[in-house]
Amino acid sequence: MSELRPIQKFRHRHLLGIEGLSEQDILTLLDRAEDAIEVSRQVEKKRATLRGRTLINLFFEASTRTQSSFELAGKRLGADVMNMSVATSSIKKGETLIDTAVTLNAMRPDIIVVRHAQAGAVHLLAKKVDCAVVNAGDGAHEHPTQALLDALTIRRNKGRIQGLTVAICGDILHSRVARSNILLLSTLGARVRAVGPSTLMPAGIERMGAQACRDMKSGLAGADIVMMLRLQRERMNSGFVPSSREYFRTFGLDAEKLRYADKDALIMHPGPMNRGVEIDSSIADGPQSLIREQVEMGVAVRMAVLAALAEHLPNE
Amino acid sequence: MKAPSSPSIAHQPLALVNARLLDPAGGKEMRGGVLVVDGIIRDLGPGVAPANLPSHAHAVDCRGDVVAPGLIDMCAFVGEPGAEHRETIATATAAAAAGGVTTILARPDTNPPVDEPAVVDFLLRRARDTGQVRVLPVAALSKGLRGEEIAEIGLLKEAGAVAFSDAANSLRNAQIMRRVMAYARDFDALVIHHTQDPDFATEGVMNEGEFSTRLGLPGIPREAEAIMLDRDIRLVALTGARYHAALVSTRLSLEAVRAAKKAGLPITCATSINHLTLNENDIGDYRTFLKLSPPLRQEEERQALVAALAQGLIDVIVSDHNPQDVETKRLPFAEAEYGAIGLETMLSAGLRLVHSGEVKLARLLAAMSSRPAEILGLPQGKLAIGAPADLIRFDPDEPYVLDPMKLHSRCKNTPFDEAKLQGRVKLTLVAGQVVWGE
Repeated sequence: MSELRPIQKFRHRHLLGIEGLSEQDILTLLDRAEDAIEVSRQVEKKRATLRGRTLINLFFEASTRTQSSFELAGKRLGADVMNMSVATSSIKKGETLIDTAVTLNAMRPDIIVVRHAQAGAVHLLAKKVDCAVVNAGDGAHEHPTQALLDALTIRRNKGRIQGLTVAICGDILHSRVARSNILLLSTLGARVRAVGPSTLMPAGIERMGAQACRDMKSGLAGADIVMMLRLQRERMNSGFVPSSREYFRTFGLDAEKLRYADKDALIMHPGPMNRGVEIDSSIADGPQSLIREQVEMGVAVRMAVLAALAEHLPNE
Repeated sequence: MKAPSSPSIAHQPLALVNARLLDPAGGKEMRGGVLVVDGIIRDLGPGVAPANLPSHAHAVDCRGDVVAPGLIDMCAFVGEPGAEHRETIATATAAAAAGGVTTILARPDTNPPVDEPAVVDFLLRRARDTGQVRVLPVAALSKGLRGEEIAEIGLLKEAGAVAFSDAANSLRNAQIMRRVMAYARDFDALVIHHTQDPDFATEGVMNEGEFSTRLGLPGIPREAEAIMLDRDIRLVALTGARYHAALVSTRLSLEAVRAAKKAGLPITCATSINHLTLNENDIGDYRTFLKLSPPLRQEEERQALVAALAQGLIDVIVSDHNPQDVETKRLPFAEAEYGAIGLETMLSAGLRLVHSGEVKLARLLAAMSSRPAEILGLPQGKLAIGAPADLIRFDPDEPYVLDPMKLHSRCKNTPFDEAKLQGRVKLTLVAGQVVWGE
């Protein structure tokens, strides 16, 4: 077995977001990822799917987890991987985004994986390059591979996504993970709830496909999946919530609040966690937690995405 | 081109004949011609025809096109002094002439700002020497546009400022705003205020709602505008100042203005051509040319603005001309500058509302000429014997596709890039002199 099995062709040149993907597009990627899990669990983890291809990881925002996940995914498929971490402090904002895009494009990469602190920055970059572009998170907009890995994790543990109740809890307003997950899970037929204080709840979230809940009791009632979001420390200082202790008391996931959910509910978190702020350690490390499995699924989903996009790359 | 504000030299009388004369001030329309002598409308009506013109007059056959007063744009950024890389009076007035705008009110947020009589004087001189249309300075309400101390309203007015505004800066402090208004009232000065609560606006970059949530961009609620406008209306009632809301974009603001007018307060308001013809969905895939202040709103808000224009509740349409170069626009949406150019496309874009049957042509033209003239106390903006011959000729139906590279502004940040438009200005006269066409 030298390559990942092509299942169904992915129809898009870039992966910029979940928005615009059909149910079939999503299922195609999830099915491919299942194969990639098998590859990653063997001693010989290397495949030739991307042999000769160049993958650039362009991270304008620091991220250990996502960057290393994409790096491993690329390497397991045989690509040459280059990591570029652009320290946000040293760049003159924006100018470098387009300049960097043009410069990198001249190096003829096949795929660029981009993370940027500004919503829409990855779209802007995608317009300036000839290669495939993967959004690894842009501002509060989207983080499509995170939503795909979450869906894969859910599907493997619950056997389905259709009909499940998924509670996404915390800072919905600033979360690209929440947006991509709401779009993806509702496309696959899950009932999605957005749970958090009104100050962290974006306008019109219902029209995106999520039911808004302002407390954990109603938000978690009967939930099959409880997905906790990271609360950035700077949100505390800018008046969205008064303190971390009040936040933990009201929205932090502990054993008591978990009882509102279904007895077989599973816990997820995109990481990195703030233990004691949004999630209690005993829950994060407990038997219902899928948090470590999510990391494994991350590599598999990214392998699937890279392989799918590579099919559109010219072969000459 | 010649400077129109120079003392009128005796030149050949000019007659625009065979035209559809539209006087928005009186809402009158008739067939006929206009005779221009020494920069003044000497005669008009069916009697001005090729058969009975003075023998030395130059006659232009308008072939049934509309002839109307030149447009008066109450809000445009002309780049001088200090931002000549974005625009100059020469390029702004060239764009204006091509768009049928014969009078521009220049925004005071220049560098240095227009808070010194010397800067007013500079602008008037530059306009005389390099401008093709009339440029009237708007001076600052507060020193340095900082919202802390009252600007020298008396001296600035004496120097030639026609109105007072802090441009896109909203005066945050109600006590200072009260003093500014009270002081302005003593000089019968017009206060123009951009009503967007700055605390909301520092965080948001587009209209707040489903669309901002989808794009992951911080939003500005409609209330940000209404809160500031409500406060200002109370201060107008308290001080009696003549007040003009620079740019309203929401139904909440329209209701506030409606109530204030009903109560007899000296309040008028404007909206921009962009807010009348575009909505937040036009931002699409993070198009920064559509990043405006106040932000483009939902379609229902746009429709309400159009209805308010048709009713006359909205007095004025501005271009809100704001040239931005590529470097400040080719950025991620949140980092890009606000603003779009509009002097040259204001009329064509506005005619969309006429073609869709939502607004009558006379009403559209009134909001771009006679109402601004009335608010500012200018002699322009009407087709009347003795009025200045600031005139435009256009065929409202002529179709064209906008090529941004052909626009006269130094910057090309138009939201109507490649748009199909109708109605192009064929001839623009300022004080009887041709500044565009023929």
